[in-house]
Amino acid sequence: MHVGLHHYLTVSILLFCLGLLGVILRRNLLVIYMSLELMLNAANLALVSFSWFNSQLDGQVLVFFIITVAAAEVAVGLALIVALYRKRQSAHVEDLTTMKL
Amino acid sequence: MKYESLPWLILFLPLLSAAVITLFTLRSKVVSSLISIGAIVAGFVLTLAFIGANGFQPAVTETAVSWLAVGNLQVDLGLKLDTLSLMMTLIVTGVGGAIHIYSYGYMRADRSMARFFACMSLFTFSMLGIVLANNFLFMFIAWELVGVSSYLLIGFWFERPSASDAAKKAFITNRLGDFGFLAGILLLWTLLGSLNFSNLQATLHDNPGALGTSAALAGLLIFCGAMGKSAQFPLHVWLPDAMEGPTPVSALIHAATMVAAGVYMLCRTVFLFEHNPAALQVIAYIGGFTALLAALIAVQQNDIKRILAYSTLSQLGYMIMAVGLSGPTPAMFHLTTHAFFKALLFLGAGSVIHGLHEEQDIWKMGGLKKHMPVTFWTFIIGTLALSGVPPFSGFYSKDSILAVALEQKSYLLFAVGVFVAALTTFYMFRLFFVAFLGEPRNEKAKHAHESPWVMTLPLVVLAVFAVIGGFIGITNHYAAQFAAAPETLSVAQQAFEPLHNLLPMLLGLGAVAAGLIAAYTLYHHTATDPLPAKLGGLATAMRNKFYFDELYEATFIRAHDFIAAVMDWIDRWIIQGACIGLVRGGTDLAGRMLRLVQTGNLQTYAFLFVLGVAVMLYLVLVK
Repeated sequence: MHVGLHHYLTVSILLFCLGLLGVILRRNLLVIYMSLELMLNAANLALVSFSWFNSQLDGQVLVFFIITVAAAEVAVGLALIVALYRKRQSAHVEDLTTMKL
Repeated sequence: MKYESLPWLILFLPLLSAAVITLFTLRSKVVSSLISIGAIVAGFVLTLAFIGANGFQPAVTETAVSWLAVGNLQVDLGLKLDTLSLMMTLIVTGVGGAIHIYSYGYMRADRSMARFFACMSLFTFSMLGIVLANNFLFMFIAWELVGVSSYLLIGFWFERPSASDAAKKAFITNRLGDFGFLAGILLLWTLLGSLNFSNLQATLHDNPGALGTSAALAGLLIFCGAMGKSAQFPLHVWLPDAMEGPTPVSALIHAATMVAAGVYMLCRTVFLFEHNPAALQVIAYIGGFTALLAALIAVQQNDIKRILAYSTLSQLGYMIMAVGLSGPTPAMFHLTTHAFFKALLFLGAGSVIHGLHEEQDIWKMGGLKKHMPVTFWTFIIGTLALSGVPPFSGFYSKDSILAVALEQKSYLLFAVGVFVAALTTFYMFRLFFVAFLGEPRNEKAKHAHESPWVMTLPLVVLAVFAVIGGFIGITNHYAAQFAAAPETLSVAQQAFEPLHNLLPMLLGLGAVAAGLIAAYTLYHHTATDPLPAKLGGLATAMRNKFYFDELYEATFIRAHDFIAAVMDWIDRWIIQGACIGLVRGGTDLAGRMLRLVQTGNLQTYAFLFVLGVAVMLYLVLVK
């Protein structure tokens, strides 16, 4: 069968939902962070497939930006997680409830 | 009219004195008392000067400053200067002046003497306000001020609980009467469109039926004010308790002037009652009943001031009865002579109390004739005047009241009047024999001393007036105000006036003789009171004031307390509990529910983001 745009988009949506589920349901901070990255990559996939099937480079250029920003964000986020781990001695998200009312 | 500003000066000097004492001289007893005495004596002198220049019926009878003009309500701060108000001003400033001078001696040892004189000056101002007012509103304001002064003076020794309770009782009972009074004033304004006495008189003169069916109601409501202020039944309960105040207060306020304000007000508004026989009947019978009730109670009282207080109630009953019998002239005549001899009696009682170091029970006195001669002689003059023995002033005024009762063919009230005259003589001579004659019954009585001249001089002056009051032309002045065809009687004619109506005079004298003989038989040289043994239950009832206070306590006070308790319950449980509680609880519940969202859990927040995005997408794509 011919692989069309909608196949790529379906994969992208599935990846996004899996990432979302991981953010909401997993209890380890690093796993949550990885799921977040997965959501970003799903968006990347969608953009690239739109760029390929519409023969325009705009999507791919945007993906470059997203990858760069994601990398910077990972650096900062991991630094925050490490600092938090050092303070709390735990990477379990259920232990982080100081903002509770 | 000459010296137009004099009446304003007479009215406002005491107010100025009260203000100056309160603001500046409260620490100095002598200066405060001199300011106060100066204000009232100056008022007396100025009144004499004014009357000397203008006579009793000045050419212009009103002077006014416009005070309140709202819509068609026009109220002036005005003074009405006719015989009635000028005579009353003389009484207030004259008798009041004597009492102020007496108070200088009586209150000497009291540390709050300055406050006393400030309150007395406030009272003088308010009383002059009532007497000189030319419209109902000004009179009502002064009426309330007099009540305030009375409250301040009855409760002068406020650290004593009985005194502050008595002050409250007086003020609250007066307010009940004033409620009716105010309703009457409003009714008159609604029906007749003015509050000024002259306007009202002219309106009713031109159109006697102007009040229509509300005539009796308006009259009776106005009378409510007199009932409260002049302590008529059923609002009589405050006057005996008012004896908690210092004796000069009892003399000035509760004998000579304030309680007479009710009678004065009825005489001032006599035009309202002229075509109002129903209201007049009620007034006359209430007056007669009060006279009888008070006289009966006085027969068994043992405190010298209470006896005099009930005597005042009884004489006020006479005056009100006279007004109800369409006799304002006899009523005002009796008011004037009563001011003289009742003030004299109270000041004499004060002299006795002062000399015996605060002893007020007559059964602990006795034999005061040799220790306190001036007090003794002035007291017997006052007693004779009050009992109505000729040729003292009380005889003439009481006789004129009995004559008017007979003239109006009101035989029941005439009989009541005669009987009360007998009772009056009886209880006054009971007081006299027990307190002044015989042997001293107690250590304090043995060592009694006469009062200083500053206290005995006013006694002598008042005694002189009590003696000559029948002949100096008081009736002439009042008749000029009230009677249709007044005649001016000379001194000799006034002296022999009662002989024109033989029946009232003879019955009156017979009553006096009966009372005197009964008092002599029972009370001359006795150690204890023989009457309770003879009369048993009746005597106990008399001593306990016929249980009126207990009756009011059981009915009105209880009902009032019950209503207050119910309102407290409503306030606490319904308004505070239910309504406010509902709002508070609701807000609290909403807050708690919203707080559940803030879990502090990262993943909850992420989930809520996702929900939000989903809702937005739905709204954008599907709608």
